[in-house]
Amino acid sequence: MKKTYQLIKARRSKITASRKSFQGFLWILPSFLGVMAFYLLPYADVVRRSFFGAVDNQCKGLENYRTVLENTAFLLAVKNTLRFTLCCIPALILTALLCAVIIYRSKYGGVIKSAFLIPMALPAVSVALMWRLLFHSQGMVNHWLSRFSASGTDWMNDESAFWILVGSYLWKNLGYDIVLWMAGLSGISENIYEAARVDGAGEWQCFFKITLPNLRSSFYTITVLSFLNSFKVFREAYLVAGDYPHESIYMMQHLFNNWFRSFSFDKMAAAAVLESLVLLLLILLFQRALERRNDGKEC
Amino acid sequence: MMEKSVRRKEKERMRHGAKISKAVLWGSLGILGFLTLYPVFFLLASSLMGNDELAKYLGPVIAGKEGFVDVPLLPQYPTLRHYVEIFLDSPEFFVMFWNSTKITVGVLAGQLVVGTMAAWGFAKHDFPGKKGCFLIYMILMLMPFQVLMLSDYLVLDRLKLTDSLWGIILPGAFSTFPVFIMYRFFTEIPDSLIESAKLDGAREWQLFVYLALPVGSSGVIASLVLGFLEYWSLIEQPMTFLKDKSLYPLSIFLPDITNVGKSGMTFAASVVTFLPAVLVFLGGQDYLEQGIMAGAVKE
Repeated sequence: MKKTYQLIKARRSKITASRKSFQGFLWILPSFLGVMAFYLLPYADVVRRSFFGAVDNQCKGLENYRTVLENTAFLLAVKNTLRFTLCCIPALILTALLCAVIIYRSKYGGVIKSAFLIPMALPAVSVALMWRLLFHSQGMVNHWLSRFSASGTDWMNDESAFWILVGSYLWKNLGYDIVLWMAGLSGISENIYEAARVDGAGEWQCFFKITLPNLRSSFYTITVLSFLNSFKVFREAYLVAGDYPHESIYMMQHLFNNWFRSFSFDKMAAAAVLESLVLLLLILLFQRALERRNDGKEC
Repeated sequence: MMEKSVRRKEKERMRHGAKISKAVLWGSLGILGFLTLYPVFFLLASSLMGNDELAKYLGPVIAGKEGFVDVPLLPQYPTLRHYVEIFLDSPEFFVMFWNSTKITVGVLAGQLVVGTMAAWGFAKHDFPGKKGCFLIYMILMLMPFQVLMLSDYLVLDRLKLTDSLWGIILPGAFSTFPVFIMYRFFTEIPDSLIESAKLDGAREWQLFVYLALPVGSSGVIASLVLGFLEYWSLIEQPMTFLKDKSLYPLSIFLPDITNVGKSGMTFAASVVTFLPAVLVFLGGQDYLEQGIMAGAVKE
């Protein structure tokens, strides 16, 4: 009985297969048309423009790329972005892991997690006001410092602007990463810990031998997301310091804004293509790493 | 006997050590949590202070007086005057609030219609080229605004949508991020459920409306919460594409704190800016966390 039913079902699905495949695409269609119109086609135009001059519209080959790569502002922005990423991401990931491990085992974890998540909800514009009062040369931070008879600086107008930005990034993204780490932690079975404790393993041993290895795939994910979120830190930088901030926090978005204002679309196009290629490469590399890891697990 | 007491002592000492390290951990966690919440308290408290009080505390930054800014966390004479002022006496603030609402509601409504359909298509339908399509969606979701800035401008320019709220709403509505989030929730709907609904004679659109949306509702809400937080504090797009100040949303309204009589309004305005986001956050925190976890790329 069951067999005939399956046979009928199989035959029916074969007949409807071609129609079905088309039907499936219908669900995507509205979204796909929008994505085509607003993202893919214009991006293709950007790629084309990266080979043409902005004014005369003549093919210049790779010249735009050369001007961009020799542009000092571009190099500064790339350098700052790299430096920023290399400082922030390890700090963020480690702090978040530490917090997640502590919070995970506690009763009041929920409340504390909310406290860490709130910065994510605060619009940058409200925060910028606060930052200005804190880091003004006569601001609150300098006031607190003066109580300890330490001398402050004009925070936003020298090298420390960079570290303030690092701080803002950590402040804003800590909760996000804690949630991700906790999701990873909840995937580790409690039985493993119990077995290890029976065998006499201490807290630290448990942490290094069980927790860390089991969090490896979360680690990949969190790294990528933290990296991509690091581009959004421009918001705070812009709102506190405007279009021309101290050169230690001159980021890619500042550069793109300034080029946009001067209608240097050729440079913008070339830089956008370069940046998207680098990001694409990183994303694909990450996926490969993750896939290889998952394959290893199945073996 | 001796041995036993020694062992007990050792155990006690260990317990004592664990207690101290726990206290240190919780202490540092508490400090970190306080630092995260400080801006919220600060802005709330300042918005309730009268102009005289604010002038006293903020004098050095506002009027260039000697000394430092020092704002206590509790107002001496709390007043709601500034809130009354911004809602009754400043029509431009009201316009900005309204613009923010239009952008956020427009984008979310678009995502709700187009995004859910696409997510459903990717999750439970098959069609040729699905994998490639999905990869494109994923890559688009991961690209920062600066990469897509020029292409965004090129379309909006051609469609004559620069300097209009639609120029912000439409690209947002076709954003691929919510598709990805909802996809993760829709894939978890068991196939057997869909099969049995089909056997009962449900049509494709009925499956979507009566099965996918209710069962996957937490995914839809999660993506709405994430979307709200994103578009309520949107900065880059309105800053780049809007020239007409009457179209500005709250999120790029950076008030002038150096204006002596208006500093109170400034604080009230920033509280009103973050309040909706915080309310959405408090109401939807569980969904927000689910959304964050679903956003973790694990394909």
